[in-house]
Amino acid sequence: MELLQLLVGGVAQGCVYGLIALGFVLIYKATEMVNFAQGDLMMLGSFVALTFIGTMGMNYWLGLLVAALAMAVFGYLLDAIVLRRIIGQPQFAVVILTISIGFLFRSAAGFIWGHETQNFPETPFTNRVIDAGGVILSLEHLSIIAGTLILAGLLYLFFNFTRLGNAMQAASQNQLAAYYMGVPVKHINSLIWALSAIVATIAGVLFAPVSLVDPSNGFYGIKAFAAAVIGGFGSLIGTVLGGLIIGVSETMAARYLPPGFKEIVAYLIMLGVLIVRPHGLFSTLQRKKV
Amino acid sequence: MRILFKTSYLDDIRLFQHSGQVFWYGLLTVGLLLAPFVLGDFYVGELSYVFVLAIAGVGLMLLIGYTGLVSLGHGAFMAIGAYTNTYLITKGVPFLIAFPAAGLAALLAGVLIAVPANRMTGIYLAIATLAFSQIVEQLVIRWESVTRGFQGMPVPAPELFGHALARPWEFYYFCLAVLILVVLAAINLTRSPTGRAMVAIRDSEISAQSLGVNLVQYKTIAFALSAGITGLGGALLGHKMRFISPDAFNILLSIQLLLMVVVGGLGSIHGAILGAIFVGGLPQAIALMRDYLPPTIARTPGLEPGLFGVVMVSVVLFEPLGIYGRWLKIKAFFDYFPIYRRATFKRQRSYLKTERVR
Repeated sequence: MELLQLLVGGVAQGCVYGLIALGFVLIYKATEMVNFAQGDLMMLGSFVALTFIGTMGMNYWLGLLVAALAMAVFGYLLDAIVLRRIIGQPQFAVVILTISIGFLFRSAAGFIWGHETQNFPETPFTNRVIDAGGVILSLEHLSIIAGTLILAGLLYLFFNFTRLGNAMQAASQNQLAAYYMGVPVKHINSLIWALSAIVATIAGVLFAPVSLVDPSNGFYGIKAFAAAVIGGFGSLIGTVLGGLIIGVSETMAARYLPPGFKEIVAYLIMLGVLIVRPHGLFSTLQRKKV
Repeated sequence: MRILFKTSYLDDIRLFQHSGQVFWYGLLTVGLLLAPFVLGDFYVGELSYVFVLAIAGVGLMLLIGYTGLVSLGHGAFMAIGAYTNTYLITKGVPFLIAFPAAGLAALLAGVLIAVPANRMTGIYLAIATLAFSQIVEQLVIRWESVTRGFQGMPVPAPELFGHALARPWEFYYFCLAVLILVVLAAINLTRSPTGRAMVAIRDSEISAQSLGVNLVQYKTIAFALSAGITGLGGALLGHKMRFISPDAFNILLSIQLLLMVVVGGLGSIHGAILGAIFVGGLPQAIALMRDYLPPTIARTPGLEPGLFGVVMVSVVLFEPLGIYGRWLKIKAFFDYFPIYRRATFKRQRSYLKTERVR
């Protein structure tokens, strides 16, 4: 019974990693950039939602919607103003640029909202539990799991069955060719950043009651990386699975292994996976041909 | 404008290309040797901090700038160096043995991480090194019998032939000596076949491989040397701070090292050193600026990382070649005075073509 209880907690935790990682993967799938600031985008999202819901007293769902929209605009502009400039430069430049953007976000959030950890206001899921045959499921955890499943499903449908989704994939496979075929690559790139910011905001808001809101929450992004890598960047389902693997093993490590393992088990698994399969479990890469 | 006539193959790999370089670097050396006589203890200490950073920066530059392998976890090698050095000294090992041993320990760690890293490229490598640094950080926290965990360890002053280098200027000269040795070693490395193989790997793995460069071998060498040098830097950093604890070697240190090589200018030893001056000097500049800023901004705790962020973003956007790249441009402008063209330094853009199947 205890095991099952832990499992649910682990799955919920894993879903958060999966959600943040989904944001990475979206951007990666469309632009082959890796956004090291994704965790910080989530942190910003939860702060914005906190402002709308807590400070301005909006309804939870309305607040979530407004925060997601605000962050979408922010994400779009971030790409249009900053990241678009380095299209065509080596991938390394993107890594450094997004890392530094993350730093900037963190200190901006600390400046605007203060460096203290803040409580998230009451949500429809607060303090409610379902007793399923002896296993206590908190609605907060269930909401995270449900949110992840719905988002992952929607994104999967979006990428495979809509015109825009296909255009995004085309832009990622060959920017120049897609451009020649009339895909508005720049616009698409910015849209994908907007989408990714929305996903990050939803992740942040769902996670906020559990994690509390703090400028350093962006560091969850590092673990989400491990999730994305395990899943093999570029695979939506693999990413969510990767998140689950990490979330569950982390909770188990916290309970059954000596202290310290909780923090590193994600990385150990990731390094293990990378050694066996250098491009992740659900890899979509192939060896470069000359 | 100076025109170099090369009359022998050795001209290409000479340490100094022309007498001008001998003069200016000689002047710099003399200036640095005289500095402690002119500057106060505080600035001598700050300068030795810059030297320590520069040593680690040269190490990272060999990996990122010369071999093209991105590491986001070089703080871990500094931690390994610092803790090995301190542990050995507290066990009674003389500094002259403990210090190289620290470099050696970091070097071995570098070989260890190179084994999985050799199979990865680009972004996977960056994330794997990040993971490695997190693992090392936890190891430092939990392995209390050696590292004393969060309590940290005091670091005694380094001792040379029975004489403790306790005063700032003594430590200054020692750091300067190590830095000069490391820089010379790095320059020699880049002039050697090994260094050229590394540059070839950076420019194109596939071309390098087809020219007979053994990728695994040279990447491992690059990792090992880079980690070893960074480890030496870490050992000295421990001495500089007089006290080491796990939070001194967290991810921020790794990012700082990365910032150093990027801001300085990738692909040159000059870049590592200019970057070190920048990173070492920025906190001082902020401290000076604090007096002129409104107190609400000046007292914000996150000011320094935020400024680092701003600087890095602007460097990547506006001067991808870094400080040294800007210097080269200015020099070229005056060298070719009326006919300088901006396109000289323009880089070929490469548009994305994925290697993914779907």
